[in-house]
Amino acid sequence: MTHPHPAPATSRTTDPATLYADLVPHLEPPARAWLDRALEEAAAQPGVHGPLAVWELRLAEAGRRCGHAHADTARVLILHAARADTEALGRVYSQGTAAERRAVLHSLPLLVDGPGALPLVEDALRTNDTRLVAAAVGPYAARHLPAHLWRHAVLKCLFTGVPVAGIADLERRALGDAELARMLGDHAAERTAAGRSVPADLNRVLALTDPTATPPARPADHGPHGTEGTEGKES
Amino acid sequence: MRIFDPHIHMTSRTTDDYRAMHAAGVRAVVEPSFWLGQPRTSPHSFLDYFDSLLGWEPFRAAQYGIAHHCTIALNPKEANDPRCAPVLDELPRYLVKDQVVAVGEIGYDSMTPAEDTALAAQLQLAADHGLPALVHTPHRDKLAGLRRTLDAVRASALPPERVLVDHLNETTVKEAKDSGCWLGFSVYPDTKMDEERMVTVLRTYGPEQVLVNSAADWGHSDPLKTRRVGDLMLARGFTDDDVDRVLWRNPVAFYGLSGRLDLDVAAPDPTHEGNSVLRGGE
Repeated sequence: MTHPHPAPATSRTTDPATLYADLVPHLEPPARAWLDRALEEAAAQPGVHGPLAVWELRLAEAGRRCGHAHADTARVLILHAARADTEALGRVYSQGTAAERRAVLHSLPLLVDGPGALPLVEDALRTNDTRLVAAAVGPYAARHLPAHLWRHAVLKCLFTGVPVAGIADLERRALGDAELARMLGDHAAERTAAGRSVPADLNRVLALTDPTATPPARPADHGPHGTEGTEGKES
Repeated sequence: MRIFDPHIHMTSRTTDDYRAMHAAGVRAVVEPSFWLGQPRTSPHSFLDYFDSLLGWEPFRAAQYGIAHHCTIALNPKEANDPRCAPVLDELPRYLVKDQVVAVGEIGYDSMTPAEDTALAAQLQLAADHGLPALVHTPHRDKLAGLRRTLDAVRASALPPERVLVDHLNETTVKEAKDSGCWLGFSVYPDTKMDEERMVTVLRTYGPEQVLVNSAADWGHSDPLKTRRVGDLMLARGFTDDDVDRVLWRNPVAFYGLSGRLDLDVAAPDPTHEGNSVLRGGE
């Protein structure tokens, strides 16, 4: 991978072939063999079988097999190979470690068309684990998260120090969002009143809400399911 | 001095403890699942707890530069409650997780038939999952409890060199050592074992296969007891290498039997920015 550990490489790239091609040069031969076998097994035996499906076992052990720096991508590939649907993703999320939950969040733009997996995003946004919060504000949230929850997600990133540069489609969703601007302004006032500094990221987002700002081009990497999102600022 | 606390219940500790532990040299901990003081009444209560040991707690630890692993089990005390025992059926899906480095704490509390059943079942689970086992020895009737524990280990599929018997003291250390198991000592402010006694035990029985822990929890306990033991060992003539062996290499060797120990604490990544645990109202 060209992405630094443990940046959510997979939140930006939703093409599994590219993910795989970027990952394998970084894997030791045993890890690569393990991953290839895991992907074959997942493709051959997706779904629910036995007390623990083989692909779910592979999902759990990806960290120790591939190394933690590569586990996010390996897990996304396994979820894709297993053709995990919203129900399966919900199950492995709820039964997963924080690392597995992060991988499920990264997989959402790849595997889920509609807003059905939003409860997972909302769950992650309720945590104070910044790894989960960062993974929750990827392209899937950009596409489907309703405006109120999306604004609170932006604020939560500011509160917890998750860089807003990691919020997918920030420029497009923030543009002209007067309510977000008000919330940011109030937060800045609260910080100033307390004698505390205003995070640079806050001013950055605030500038993006300016309706006279240049609208960003719609990103091209919106996933394999097209750009059906209509989640504009007032959705 | 690098320190691995092989038994500490961080769920019950504050972030200030993490900071103090790091300052004292603690770079790795194992948090065994145990009871929480208030008895649980259903398996779901366990599952939320296990999820915390695999999610929130490693996140907290990483922010202070400490690698966090855990052991998963139905503890002996709650094995006696038929409302809790069904959690045994949920354990296999937890025992495959990356950060689970042993089955534990298992063992005896009151030495009941229900505890016999849970101990045997979980020793088998350890064997099935390629994991070692952390075995608690009882506080009451300790020597008899140790003997019954060692009998259960001998009757199991798990070889003694994959078992750590914990909370040992002067009356139980010899038989535990003769069994071939690893030897755990919990150093407490008042009870179990103190630093002076610990150093005497080390002088008598040697540092081989000995692990020292704080077992700090919600009771009167001290997460820096590992450091105190290291300091006293040096003051009493042990070498730096002896200290490193007891406080680092032995726990690494024991939990390393799982093949899952990962001691590279991820430096705070770009999303952390060195923040302390934030509450969203910072």
